[in-house]
Amino acid sequence: MASSLNLARQTQLLNNKLFNVSIRMASTANAKKIKPQHNKNIVLIDGVRTPFLPSFSAYKDLMGYELARNALLGLVKRTSVNLKDVDYIIMGNVIQEVKTANIAREASLAAGFPQRIPAHTVTLACISSNQAITTGIGQILSGQSEVVIAGGVETMSDVPIRLSRQMRKLLLTMNKAKSVPDRLGLLAKIPSSKPLSPELPAVAEFSTNETMGHSGDRLAAAFGVTRREQDEFALRSHTLADKATKEGLLNDIEPVFVAGKKEPVTRDLGIRVATLEKLSSLKPAFVKEHGTVTAANASYLTDGASACLIMTEEKAKELGLKPKAYLRNFTYVAQDPKDQLLLGPAYATPKILESAGLSVKDIDVWEFHEAFAGQILANLKALDSDWFAKNYMGRQEKVGSIPMDKFNNWGGSLSIGHPFGATGVRLVTTAANRLHKENGQFALIAACAAGGHGHGMLIERYPQ
Amino acid sequence: MAAIRQLLTKSVHTTTQILYQNKIASNFPQIRYISTTLNQMTDRKHIQLSYRDDIAVIKIDSPNSKVNTLSREMFPEFTSALEEVNKNDKCRGVVLISGKTSGFIAGADIKMIESCKTQDEIYQLSKMGQKIFFDMERSKKPIVSAIMGPCLGGGLEVALATHYRIAVNDNKTVVGLPEVKLGLLPGSGGTQRLPRLVTVPDALDMALTGKMVKAKKAKSLGIVDLLVEPLGPGISTPENRTLEYLEDVAVQVTKRLASQGGVKPKKKSMVRNLTDKAFEYNLIRDYVFNQVKGKVIGQTKGLYPAPLKILEVIKTGLEKGPEAGYEAEARGFAELGVTNESKALINLFHGHTSCKKNRFGTPQVEVKNIGVLGAGLMGAGIASVSVDKGYDVILKDMSQVGLTRGYNQIAKTLKDGVKRKKFSQIQADQIISRLNPQITFDKFDKLDMIIEAVFEDINIKHRVLKEVESITLPHCIFASNTSALPITDIAKGSSRPEKVIGMHYFSPVEKMELLEVITHEKTSKDTIASAVQVGLKQGKVVIVVKDGPGFYTTRILSVASAELFNLFQEGVEPKDIDRASKAFGFPVGNATLLDEVGIDVASHIAEYLSKALGASASSRAGIPILRDLVKNGFTGRKAGKGVYLYEEGVKGSDRQVNPGFYEIINKYKLPAPSGIKNDTETIQWKLASKFINEAVLCLQEGIVANPTEGDIGAVFGLGFPPMKGGPFKFVDLYGAQKIVDRLRHFEQIYGNSFKPCDLLVDHAKDSSKKFYSA
Repeated sequence: MASSLNLARQTQLLNNKLFNVSIRMASTANAKKIKPQHNKNIVLIDGVRTPFLPSFSAYKDLMGYELARNALLGLVKRTSVNLKDVDYIIMGNVIQEVKTANIAREASLAAGFPQRIPAHTVTLACISSNQAITTGIGQILSGQSEVVIAGGVETMSDVPIRLSRQMRKLLLTMNKAKSVPDRLGLLAKIPSSKPLSPELPAVAEFSTNETMGHSGDRLAAAFGVTRREQDEFALRSHTLADKATKEGLLNDIEPVFVAGKKEPVTRDLGIRVATLEKLSSLKPAFVKEHGTVTAANASYLTDGASACLIMTEEKAKELGLKPKAYLRNFTYVAQDPKDQLLLGPAYATPKILESAGLSVKDIDVWEFHEAFAGQILANLKALDSDWFAKNYMGRQEKVGSIPMDKFNNWGGSLSIGHPFGATGVRLVTTAANRLHKENGQFALIAACAAGGHGHGMLIERYPQ
Repeated sequence: MAAIRQLLTKSVHTTTQILYQNKIASNFPQIRYISTTLNQMTDRKHIQLSYRDDIAVIKIDSPNSKVNTLSREMFPEFTSALEEVNKNDKCRGVVLISGKTSGFIAGADIKMIESCKTQDEIYQLSKMGQKIFFDMERSKKPIVSAIMGPCLGGGLEVALATHYRIAVNDNKTVVGLPEVKLGLLPGSGGTQRLPRLVTVPDALDMALTGKMVKAKKAKSLGIVDLLVEPLGPGISTPENRTLEYLEDVAVQVTKRLASQGGVKPKKKSMVRNLTDKAFEYNLIRDYVFNQVKGKVIGQTKGLYPAPLKILEVIKTGLEKGPEAGYEAEARGFAELGVTNESKALINLFHGHTSCKKNRFGTPQVEVKNIGVLGAGLMGAGIASVSVDKGYDVILKDMSQVGLTRGYNQIAKTLKDGVKRKKFSQIQADQIISRLNPQITFDKFDKLDMIIEAVFEDINIKHRVLKEVESITLPHCIFASNTSALPITDIAKGSSRPEKVIGMHYFSPVEKMELLEVITHEKTSKDTIASAVQVGLKQGKVVIVVKDGPGFYTTRILSVASAELFNLFQEGVEPKDIDRASKAFGFPVGNATLLDEVGIDVASHIAEYLSKALGASASSRAGIPILRDLVKNGFTGRKAGKGVYLYEEGVKGSDRQVNPGFYEIINKYKLPAPSGIKNDTETIQWKLASKFINEAVLCLQEGIVANPTEGDIGAVFGLGFPPMKGGPFKFVDLYGAQKIVDRLRHFEQIYGNSFKPCDLLVDHAKDSSKKFYSA
């Protein structure tokens, strides 16, 4: 791993690959056929997103629905879709603002979309907007909708902080109390200062009470991923994202005008290329003393929104829209939320490959959600381990080694940022864009999510 | 014991405030021990020494053994490994870790003590352990214990002698000094090092109760310095990987400690500082120790020498310094090692271990789905200990009201479990999800075993048996939780008698550890194997007895309590009986026990057993008195009235005797025969001699299979004084002749019911005859 992370070599490999690709382009006439999962060709027209910003920065005064509104408007602008053709809107969201529980609807109304388009919100932790996309696919396959907008949004700059259960109970009872003395009597019942302290939402599993950082740290240790490997991978992510930004490859971004600011937000602001020395000097963020996950090799709290347009290939032709990719086979998996919380990609990847009749070498573009550098490396090690394949995945042999020159070449959640509800659409859009740029046929995206979930999806480049 | 803690904490807190200004330097004198050089041993069996960079890793891994125990063989290997490390100039620090994922060191090998012939041998044993641990403690190179799994007794004493302790933060990793449970004290420095590492009250709490403390709690007490979270699967199994990781972290920490020149004293919290300071004050120390001593005597009735000795030894160490402390520890260890109490408790420990094994082998069909009939106290209790061990349970009752009561009982047990951190909330949720409360026989065809806890009436049992047999699959076992009805009779109503068995649980099922499995002649071996396996999985200690009136436990209880009524008749106060039986070592006084069991239940059983067993079970007036009590509604605690009155807020010895009880007793009053003065000793022996005689008779008749199961049944089911080891061990230790003499004395006055059984007489005649060989 360490050697493949060597950046100089990495760039060289990339160049070689582009070179090879250009040779192959001449002879790509016979594209590989896969075993389809569904009988309709569903296509991604395009996807957009707001710039992803570290929480408590420029978006800090916005509500989540406002960010989502920007993504919806950006999508319409980008695709020129006529809203009278849109049948349904689905958006993912994780830490929900109670006032806008169905944030998809509020965003759509705020965007001035026709009121007749129904909208609902889905939640599946870090793969919420993947769930939005695949729910949309389900709607199309069942014939309920033909054109669906799927997206997602997250703001961590403002999270619902609640009163304690005891205080809530007291206040609710107070609502019912008729007379002033009754109310005063209830107030006198506040037993100590403890119920007065509010409850903060935690990025922790309800079932195990473990924060994701701790789980990520344990996972890295379970697979023997070293601190250095993690720092190197984090550096790789930031370096590649920085390069992609500079080369204008992250063009799924639609600028956001934030009222009161001097200029629009046009780019992701969490990308920072530091030195390995700097990274290795950081203290562990979760497991103090001997832990390996640090602020720099973990994804950070991010605000942002994304949206994409999906429909059948037929419908796209009818509407005169040019698709970017076919959305092929997809899957959801789930494992032990304690010890395999973040191993979703390792389980989802072989399922997708097998269902499509493909192997690792058939995939031209790998796009995995980077929750933690250690988590990515653990997943890669799990995919490359015969022992793990036999003992935990019910397989005869390992899935294989994922070529790093095809992996997250434009950075990932570690560097670009990870607004929980919005990342899924970014992964799909980025994979589609990379297929075009890198001239590949198939991309495999995979992501892990709280609850021990995982998601995988195969997408195929739409022919030029 | 919780009360002791509270008390201690309180007293400490108030006094520390006064003492805040006083700074007293702790002055433990340095002691020098002459180090003797043992021959270099390179072919070690239990210990492997390897190096990772400049850190030595000492791995404890006893061959052909599931767990590591400190043994005579292991000690010199420790010494030689340490010497080798000390001689190695390149080595800067040492990690001490187990080579097994099953645990660090589970304790010292009990055989070491058992094989000692004299008190002096035990003293030397303690001295040897102390010496080795001193060498460890004085090592200039930091030694770090890396603990995964149980680290108990001698294991903890090893860890305490090292300079830093890292523990895995899982449920299996526990530390504790359980020696007191074996009537001993921690004899290798534990009584001296623990009170210096943690506060004196915490050290007393651990050493006096022998309780096991989980890693996280151990960290907050100050025993453990660093926690390591357990790992899931990765490049190998979770257990192996966690152990490897623990070693990695320990090596890393040891390197750090070595380069900073050893372990720096931790910053103590203010409360801790004050507590420690307070204990340097004679006045406070004496006060607290006296308080604790009073509590210990109150709770143990002075029947257990070990806790008192532990207190004394810890106090000596605090007062007179380590040298005197360690000497007192070794002396105390040796003194306790030769006591009957310790021998009895160790024997009980062995018995407990053996009754945690299934001597009937693995059943053909593994029971997975259990049906419990009747959601009363017993039924719900049985369901409770089944669902929380992973069984899927149908809890069936006749009425929704009864069912809901049962459900609430189980839900409460789980809620308490969550509060006590026995389960996480999600585990509790998953456990109760396995419970199916219902009033129908729906899905009974999926059951592998039915345990009935319906009303104790043979006709009802037969009806239920017929009903379920028509629905269940042929392999389904029918177990009856009867406390007295003969299984043979119940099986007469069955078309599959080989599948019928008794599973006698004790109330409250959630707390009482014993399960008495009862077989009748036609019960198949496979059915027994299943019943035992289920019991073991439910967390019970299991004895398997033959069918007979009252089986083993109920029979003894019934026979012994018949004597209770004779005492009442002779005008002995219930409170005197309670006091006497508790002073003998019973956890609950015999009069109170009657109320707890229920006088209606006792009456029911007595009527039946007096017919079946004859003279010994019946008493001259027991049955009529019982009948009268039941007739007046004095059925015991559940009715609020029995022998005693049960009123809200009145507890224990404050309870008044029920005036209605006196009225009834007075009708049956008899003068005590001449030559009988019902003093404490007489009360005790009237009850105990019958108890013991009946137990031995059960062995003679083959009801109980062996003395071990007899002792386990009596101690865990009936509360026979543990420090006496059970009726059989007691006969061995106390002498059969002396017991026969007591019985004969009573026999002359009261007649046949005190006739010693043949087996007991045999043992009396030949003092070389023992129930236990060692």
